[in-house]
Amino acid sequence: MSDAELPQSTEPTVQDDFEPVPVFEEAGDMDLRPGADNCYKCSVCDTSCPVAEVDDDFPGPKFQGPEQWRLKRAEDDVGIDDSIMSCSNCMRCDDACPSGVPLSQMHNTARGAYVDEQMSKLSREYVRNRILANYRSLAWVGSKVPRLTNAIMGNSLVQKLNEKLLGITAERDFPAFATQTFREWWAERGGPQVRSDEKRIAYFHGCYSNYNTPEVGKALVRVFESFGYEVAVPRQRCSGTPMFANGMLDDAERAASVNVSELSDLLEEGYDVIASCTSCSMSLRQEYPELFQLSGVEEVAENTWESLEYLRVHEDLEAALEAASVDEQAFAYHAPCHARNQGLDRQAVELFSEVDGVKMEDVGDSCSGISGTYGWKEEKYETSMQIAEDMFEHMHHADGDVGMTECPTCSMQMEHGTGYEIKHPLQLLEDALV
Amino acid sequence: MPIRDDVLVVGGGLAGTMAALSAAESGAQVRLVSHKKSTLRQASGLVDVLGAVDGDAPVSDPFAAVDRLPDEHPYHVVGSEGIREGLRRFDDVVGDRYRGSHTDRNALVVTHGGTVKPTARYPVSVVPGLASAAEDTLLVGFRGLTDFDAVAAADHLAAAGVPFDVDGATIDFPIGFRDDARTTRLAKALDTDEDGVRRGLADAVAAELDGHDRVGFPAMVGDDHGPEVRAALEDHLGAAVFEIPTGPPSLLGMQLEDLLLDALERAGVRLSTGNPAVGYEAEAGEVTAVLVDRRGQEVPYHADQVVLATGGLVGKGIDSDRESITEPLFDCHVPHPEDRYEWSATEAFGDHAFARFGVVPDDDLRPTGPDGDPHFPNLRAAGGVVGGADVAREKSAAGVSIATGTYAGRRAGEEVAP
Repeated sequence: MSDAELPQSTEPTVQDDFEPVPVFEEAGDMDLRPGADNCYKCSVCDTSCPVAEVDDDFPGPKFQGPEQWRLKRAEDDVGIDDSIMSCSNCMRCDDACPSGVPLSQMHNTARGAYVDEQMSKLSREYVRNRILANYRSLAWVGSKVPRLTNAIMGNSLVQKLNEKLLGITAERDFPAFATQTFREWWAERGGPQVRSDEKRIAYFHGCYSNYNTPEVGKALVRVFESFGYEVAVPRQRCSGTPMFANGMLDDAERAASVNVSELSDLLEEGYDVIASCTSCSMSLRQEYPELFQLSGVEEVAENTWESLEYLRVHEDLEAALEAASVDEQAFAYHAPCHARNQGLDRQAVELFSEVDGVKMEDVGDSCSGISGTYGWKEEKYETSMQIAEDMFEHMHHADGDVGMTECPTCSMQMEHGTGYEIKHPLQLLEDALV
Repeated sequence: MPIRDDVLVVGGGLAGTMAALSAAESGAQVRLVSHKKSTLRQASGLVDVLGAVDGDAPVSDPFAAVDRLPDEHPYHVVGSEGIREGLRRFDDVVGDRYRGSHTDRNALVVTHGGTVKPTARYPVSVVPGLASAAEDTLLVGFRGLTDFDAVAAADHLAAAGVPFDVDGATIDFPIGFRDDARTTRLAKALDTDEDGVRRGLADAVAAELDGHDRVGFPAMVGDDHGPEVRAALEDHLGAAVFEIPTGPPSLLGMQLEDLLLDALERAGVRLSTGNPAVGYEAEAGEVTAVLVDRRGQEVPYHADQVVLATGGLVGKGIDSDRESITEPLFDCHVPHPEDRYEWSATEAFGDHAFARFGVVPDDDLRPTGPDGDPHFPNLRAAGGVVGGADVAREKSAAGVSIATGTYAGRRAGEEVAP
């Protein structure tokens, strides 16, 4: 029995009489106290954090989230610890928490506040991060003259300069721009070739499928059209994922307001929103409603799907794949962290194991380590590669010499570490069904 | 009807996993849906079957004591044979990583609070520390690792009258990690023998050893290479080395989780994790699908047989407010006194009614309504969601989960077998 005295009163403790204390005012008046109070410090989030696993200086998600929140609340002059910039925004902590603490939301708001209030806008880090976070602007310019851009960015002298001047690692090869973007292809093709009043999807292609891997976007269009869907390709900006990860919340909100407004209009016309990148779908589904108060943001979140997820729920994809066959090939599949958080980490392996000719091997539950722009930073490159060690090892042990993943930057990392060609599940789906 | 399986298990803890494995044995296509990382990460990794009845002295033979449990206890539904069947299946899963299958009797394992716990199955790394062996014992803790106070634990054990001398020592871990480093970080350093840490640790402990026969550490003596690390330390120290299960983050719990996940994979069970189950569809009195919420959209997961293994009050399989106790997924009947002051006893570790709240199983583990009839013919329950057991007081949580999970899964599998 406990030695504590029995309380005199057995009346319930009223817990809803607290005054919400705004801490991160810059980031939208969010009161995260209930979230912080839910934390009972079990540290399961810390043991799930890929950065904390390899970087002893990183205090982990429990500190970044609820503990820092409390510290900041107690003392106004305590700033955000600069270790927040070492969080890669993989969001595994969200998935780990047994108590519903909104960890990534806390990290995103803290990082936003740190960048706003504590990071010099003239620093190399800020300039570099701003450039990386706004990849789309860079890609928009670069894709106008793709061959020239590829030649310049592939030049080792330019890579060295990028590292010296900007702190962008020279270890990685810049992803090549496609000679024709997805949107150019879409326009040339004359838009949708299937019309339907019932089955309509709006494709959120994101930046990478548009500028770098249009074959993924084309695969999506062909697969959905083969199931009788009318596809729309709305005007869109970056999903915001790299902006959250770099604390550029104003940039992210500007992009989000365009996306939400365009997608809301299509929702009214009976379209569902489909993304082929799991970080894009994560952003629209979770980060938008958590961080921004935009008209229609909840509806967009509720009606956004990842492509395979959508087909699996709305079509008999399993039966279609059972009947399909492709040229024999073994794949080493890596589930992106953001797919994991949406419950999508096993669907590719599960579905494709039905297809004749396909061997699909999951290369384990480790993080790929690149986490979008994170692994592109000179000072984070080593951390990024250390996190990836497990995945590389499993890829080498897997039968297949072709990799597969939904996430563009995971695919960069997989290719960087193994030299394998990396495909998107939609490309295999296209091979099998179209 | 896109997502369809023969058997759907809801809940990814010990009960759900055992149910899925057991159902898969029949050849059925099984899917397990779970929301968050498994609570096994917070569990000790020990498998208790029955450690005490009605707050009495420790039970030495759980099978001999089952008869003394109250009539509503889920062990009476599955019977002694059901418990044995569950343990057999568990033993198959864990193989040589666990001990205890050689006997019906409980072993006495030293806990990190310095108590002695009767348990039926235990990781192989705790074996040299069993309290039944009369060997002088040194417990070692680390400055900064506040979860385990070796001196206090040793004092507590001595006060409990263990049949050996026991002392505690608090030392510095040979590598200076950040102040709040976790056991998992220490384990990793030992796994890779970072900076010769195995030798460094052995030397630091040797200075405190003073003739003790065995040395107990909180569970951090390596992870993937645990046996190798323990052997190296034993070699340097000339004394046996054992692990003491800790609270979260619990390395032994995580290792058990890994073993169970591997077994699920081998058995071809499909896993869907990350989203909560929030409702169901029924037709002609049978459950036809469980609805899983993927942020605003409810996706039906169809199955012929369903096992409910969502946990108890802590695991959120049973919900409570000031007025009532409910089972939130299927709204199964959960009997409880109307006056909520009868839900708990005044003593913190007293005989609380709430500890036994849960669904009421029929003789086939199907949750029943107030009339005693099953809610659905194809819905069974397992683990913490089943009422009638005070698993904390009885020290029976893992046993109840394993026995009811195995039973419910096997029955679900039999029902769909061609």
